Amino acid sequence: MLLDAEGVTGGYGEADILHGVDCRVGAGEVVVVIGPNGAGKSTLMKALAGLVHVRRGSIRLAGEEIANAPAEGMIARGLAFVPQERNVFASLTVAENLAMGAYARPAAAREGSARVAAMFPELLERPRALAGSLSGGQRQMLALGRALMLSPRLLLLDEPTAGLSPKFCGLIFRKVREIAAAGIAVLMVEQNARPALAIADRGLVLAMGRNRAEDAGPALLANPEIGRLFLGGA
Amino acid sequence: MEAALLYLTTILTLAGIYAALALGLNLQWGLTGLMNFGALGFLAAGAYAAALLTAPESAQHLGGFGWPWWLAWPVAAAAGALLALPVGAASLRLRADYLAIATIGFAEIVRLVARNEDWLTGGPLGVSGIPRPFEGLGQPWGPVAFLLLVALVVAGLYALAQATAHSPFGRALRAVRDDEEAAKAAGKDPGALRLRAFVLGAAFMGLAGAMLAQFFKFFGPDALDPVATSFLVWVMLIAGGSGSNRGAVLGAVAVWALWAASDWLAAQLPAELATRAAYFRLFLIGLALQVILLARPQGMLGGRG
Amino acid sequence: MLELVNFYIIPGLVLGAVYALAAAGVSLVYGVMRFANFAHGDLMSWGAYAALAGVAAFGISPWAALPLAVAATVPLAWGVDRAFFAPLRRAQPAVLLISSFGVALMIRALIYLAWGPTPATYGLGFSPPILWEGVRLQRRHAVILAGALLAALLLHLLLARTRAGRAMRAMADDPDLARITGVGVGGVIRLTWAVSAALAATAGVFLAVDTELTPLLGFNVLLAAFAAAILGGIGRPWGAALGGLILGLAEELSSYPVLPGGAPLLDPSYKTAVAFGVLILVLLVRPQGLFRGMG
Repeated sequence: MLLDAEGVTGGYGEADILHGVDCRVGAGEVVVVIGPNGAGKSTLMKALAGLVHVRRGSIRLAGEEIANAPAEGMIARGLAFVPQERNVFASLTVAENLAMGAYARPAAAREGSARVAAMFPELLERPRALAGSLSGGQRQMLALGRALMLSPRLLLLDEPTAGLSPKFCGLIFRKVREIAAAGIAVLMVEQNARPALAIADRGLVLAMGRNRAEDAGPALLANPEIGRLFLGGA
Repeated sequence: MEAALLYLTTILTLAGIYAALALGLNLQWGLTGLMNFGALGFLAAGAYAAALLTAPESAQHLGGFGWPWWLAWPVAAAAGALLALPVGAASLRLRADYLAIATIGFAEIVRLVARNEDWLTGGPLGVSGIPRPFEGLGQPWGPVAFLLLVALVVAGLYALAQATAHSPFGRALRAVRDDEEAAKAAGKDPGALRLRAFVLGAAFMGLAGAMLAQFFKFFGPDALDPVATSFLVWVMLIAGGSGSNRGAVLGAVAVWALWAASDWLAAQLPAELATRAAYFRLFLIGLALQVILLARPQGMLGGRG
Repeated sequence: MLELVNFYIIPGLVLGAVYALAAAGVSLVYGVMRFANFAHGDLMSWGAYAALAGVAAFGISPWAALPLAVAATVPLAWGVDRAFFAPLRRAQPAVLLISSFGVALMIRALIYLAWGPTPATYGLGFSPPILWEGVRLQRRHAVILAGALLAALLLHLLLARTRAGRAMRAMADDPDLARITGVGVGGVIRLTWAVSAALAATAGVFLAVDTELTPLLGFNVLLAAFAAAILGGIGRPWGAALGGLILGLAEELSSYPVLPGGAPLLDPSYKTAVAFGVLILVLLVRPQGLFRGMG
């Protein structure tokens, strides 16, 4: 198991949002986290990334305990996080955003750039454009590219397709499969549950800060009760 | 004995004047969350209003009508309030730090106008010969009577401030201060509410200025050290626990007492050491503020609810 | 025309250069730490007086004493941040503002204690001005202009071309995202203070050379520095520098007899109000500044 989170309990202040959540991701796996609004999916991502305090429970990355470790040390451990909002530096250029992706190991920047350029060729067309001037879809690609610069072991994505056009949604899911094929594990929160589960190895259902269900991606998709409760209409 | 009594009345009178200033600032900051670093500007407006109205006629400045204090003081309060209208209308939408900077700028402009427009204010020399109420009673009863007057005014301002805080207006202000969006959704007009509080606080400051001018019997652009005064009033507010009117008064008296005590101590020293002591005191006041802020950062926010 | 250049434009540029350096320093701290540092003016004074100590002790020129000024001001900034500002970083911005006000007074008091209130000078002496086609440029002004330009260039290189500078800009843009990408917040803050203090010390020495040394030296231009920083878009050091230049020129030109009859636009005794006037105007009309700032 690459990521093994067990009994994670915590939140933003006095009140806990997560109540003993378990979450496991194997190397090269794509795991999707779905659930209704307020279920704590984003909070779980932030707790894994070191941005939210974990009151109880453990989070192990490749056997090493990382719960409440400083957020700035995560990228060096091979854990890259792409938040849902404000996931690029709007006042920095595209090239500078990517350079920030390699901040922890600047020597690897060139190699990282080449890899990202291969995956998102459109990105490097205008390297001097300010990230704030990009469209939503382009911004998302930049955020993903930034996270991939140092070849993380685990990629955390919080609603990567939020607010994107169907064309970009499809693109993002295709890229996620590409990333996994390259050996990078992906843990992804998604509201667009159906297409996400379709490309996932496993799915995790969260509600009210607790685990509700867990199964292989296609199995969850086929499950009528899950479909009714959590996947919305057809 | 009489000298000691006179000294005490002086200290207490000034403490009262600062208390009035602190109460005005508390209306603006404690109740409404407005960061005003330019209290001196409103104080000066009231001081000059009272000075020009009560002083005898003079070629050096405008006015000089020889009015009695009980006519001049309401006008002084109004002067502070009137000045606060354009300042408030222009700058209350600004964030705390911008408002602080803007109000310092405003106070500085007031000082420059006071200094340069000598036809109006007597220029750098200021207005002198201002009569002090109850002077006719001689020493020591004159100063004691004036002290009682100031104490009465402060008591009145305190009552007014308390009434305001507990009124629907006060509740609305706290609602706006704590969560503007929710207050707007509930139908409140944050801009208008803030302006009213700002103007009321400025009226308090104008009144404090009137009392000061008639106490000093003189007022000019350099009558008060602008930095030390604005800072001192904030220290008083914070030391007393901002947001609380009682804290404002207690803080004013306590800090002023310390300030006066250190002044007295410094005066006992030989001359060259005395000036150094003044600077040392400045250092200590700054340090004291840091200690209070560090020990009790919520002391800034105090009196919530 | 020559009168305009010699007595208004050149002094305006020199004053503008000082404002530019001061504003850039204040803008940097605001951008990275969201903190309006009211003690910045007194950091300037500290630097100027440190240089005075060097001049008095070693008989060097104030220019040679600049590294001394910087070396004395950077640790002060670090110390003050460690002791007073860092513990308050999680508090409301108003608390930090008040705290910096108090720190300003403490620094000023120390200067008063050490040197007293009497104005002092570096004793730079008189040297013939540089003459060119009727334009007279005092040597000290030439050094100030060149020095400010060099400082601006170095600042630009730091922010635009170095990894550390990029980290500062990233933190100014989004502190959480910066942490996610591995930026060590503590290190960036220390660097920001160091650069801001260096700029302050330089501005202080330049201002003292152009005018004279008093403990109120820096505080007197603090509001102009903030005005310039806000004018240029707070958090944007380049904008602040440009804002400073504009403000300096505006201040000097305001007393130029431009109206018919030889009257200036503004009575010269109101010169210092120009900065405040500009500040209030900008805050009312375009608070985000002339250039795109970081809010």
